[in-house]
Amino acid sequence: MRRFRLAVAQVAPVLGDVEKNLALHEKMAREAISQSVNLLVFPELSLTGYFLKDQVPSVALTAEDPALETLRNLSQRVAMVVGFVEEAPGHRFHNAAVYLEGGEIRHIHRKAYLPTYGIFDEQRYLAAGGRIRAFDTALGRMAILICEDMWHPAAAGIAAWDGAEIILCPSASPGRGVGQAEPFQNSNTWERVIRAYGDLFTCFVVYANRVGYEDGACFWGGSEVVGPTGASLAKARYLEEDLLVVEVDAGALRRARIANPLLRDERLDLTLRELQRLIREQGQMPEQSGEEPGGIAHG
Amino acid sequence: MVDLRLDCDTVRKILTGFIDNEVRKAGFERVVVGVSGGVDSALSVSLAAEALGPQNVWAILMPYRTSSPESVEHAKLVVSTLSIHSLTVDITPMVDAYFAGFPDADHMRRGNKMARERMTILFDHSARLGGLVLGTSNKTELLLGYGTLYGDMASAINPLGDLYKTQVRQLARHVKVPTVIVEKQPSADLWAGQTDEAELGFTYEEVDKVLYLLVDQRYEVTDLVAEGFDEKFVRAVYHKVRASQYKRRLPVIAKVSARTIDRDFRYPRDWGR
Repeated sequence: MRRFRLAVAQVAPVLGDVEKNLALHEKMAREAISQSVNLLVFPELSLTGYFLKDQVPSVALTAEDPALETLRNLSQRVAMVVGFVEEAPGHRFHNAAVYLEGGEIRHIHRKAYLPTYGIFDEQRYLAAGGRIRAFDTALGRMAILICEDMWHPAAAGIAAWDGAEIILCPSASPGRGVGQAEPFQNSNTWERVIRAYGDLFTCFVVYANRVGYEDGACFWGGSEVVGPTGASLAKARYLEEDLLVVEVDAGALRRARIANPLLRDERLDLTLRELQRLIREQGQMPEQSGEEPGGIAHG
Repeated sequence: MVDLRLDCDTVRKILTGFIDNEVRKAGFERVVVGVSGGVDSALSVSLAAEALGPQNVWAILMPYRTSSPESVEHAKLVVSTLSIHSLTVDITPMVDAYFAGFPDADHMRRGNKMARERMTILFDHSARLGGLVLGTSNKTELLLGYGTLYGDMASAINPLGDLYKTQVRQLARHVKVPTVIVEKQPSADLWAGQTDEAELGFTYEEVDKVLYLLVDQRYEVTDLVAEGFDEKFVRAVYHKVRASQYKRRLPVIAKVSARTIDRDFRYPRDWGR
């Protein structure tokens, strides 16, 4: 990993309008280039907006789509993480984020945990991804986890154990539960989670949330970069557009891992054995195996 | 267990942002609001004036001959405090003309008719002035069904629908709605001497606690009884919420085709905006 300049584009994409959002991405990329930024991270579904519902197939692209050509070209000057609906083979639609670098697609992450509760309905419209992988870039080894993926600690653990020095988290988090002190109940939890991950996995965590309103829900912004000791290095404004620029210091990662060699002491063999036991034991329970105890056929 | 205090600065920012965003996305700059002299419409119109500028807010006062003079006075106080546009349309002639044919109509029918008369005037002024109709229904009355379907419940956008009545009062104080309006007895003012709390049979303080636990915190009725709430009261509230569900939805459509509006034809309201 090397020292570099990172930025989060805390933007408000237009719901369902890829063309307008492409123009927004290009504008932000040029701004980042003018500030000598090396990596620019956009929020979840930054090219399409979030509460798409039945618009999902209409806004879907493949990562190779000519519509992304300008962004791919711009990635020769600034690497980018861009959120989009990916149409994968078999016409499966994924909530995905692509890492563009040097004019090429370096990595695609497909959101693995699709929230379908409360205000969320992703599994109705989208297919879940089946991989969590770290990947090498010119700036260091990274992993992408999209929003809800982060609420499953095993996903962040796998990213870290796979060698990620930086976890990139594009997010579209609607603010809810306005309390008395913090802006939102859930923003509060997010801040605890990303700082704990920085600390526990001794890595950088980049939380890129969006702003704006969709169907009356507001996205709370507050994007943040956390260092490998869990300290918040930079924080964007709540509820307003922002470009958060921060220097990422490779030395901080080395020092944190010397002081706290948690990854060195990780026991993947132990974890695996216990996971296999859990699958064995829980796999025998009817509600886990998907069988109905009474053998009732569904209509 | 129940904490209905708001972070007023944040909520104010969210709601003014919401009004600005929804109005402009729909291609408008203005709103029209029925201002009654009560705290809900006073808060709604204050937030709109802050979001869009007072020059873009039209208060429509629509008294009936039995409306309390105090209501009109308070509505005028809101208008002058905020320096917004206003106009008055007396609904007495149209309401009385209609009920001349139905002299036996009770309070309920007359009240609903007044609310719907006002709605038609607001939507006509929406077209006349090129502004969206801004709603004033709060979460308490929406959940209890304490409003007139296609009357005061009708609007294009509603900034207050996720705030309980007691929270409306907090935010109203915070944005400096005149104290006399925040502190008076809430009333639909559909007939002389009517007050919400006398008609409902409980206070907003009491019912907001129960609604918050049932709705926001997902308590079951039995959980509330175990916590010491009066069972009869809790069941009555629960019944009101369930019985008024139809008022919070579009009319139910008989399913015939492969893709039915709202059932399996699902687009965001902000589709294309």
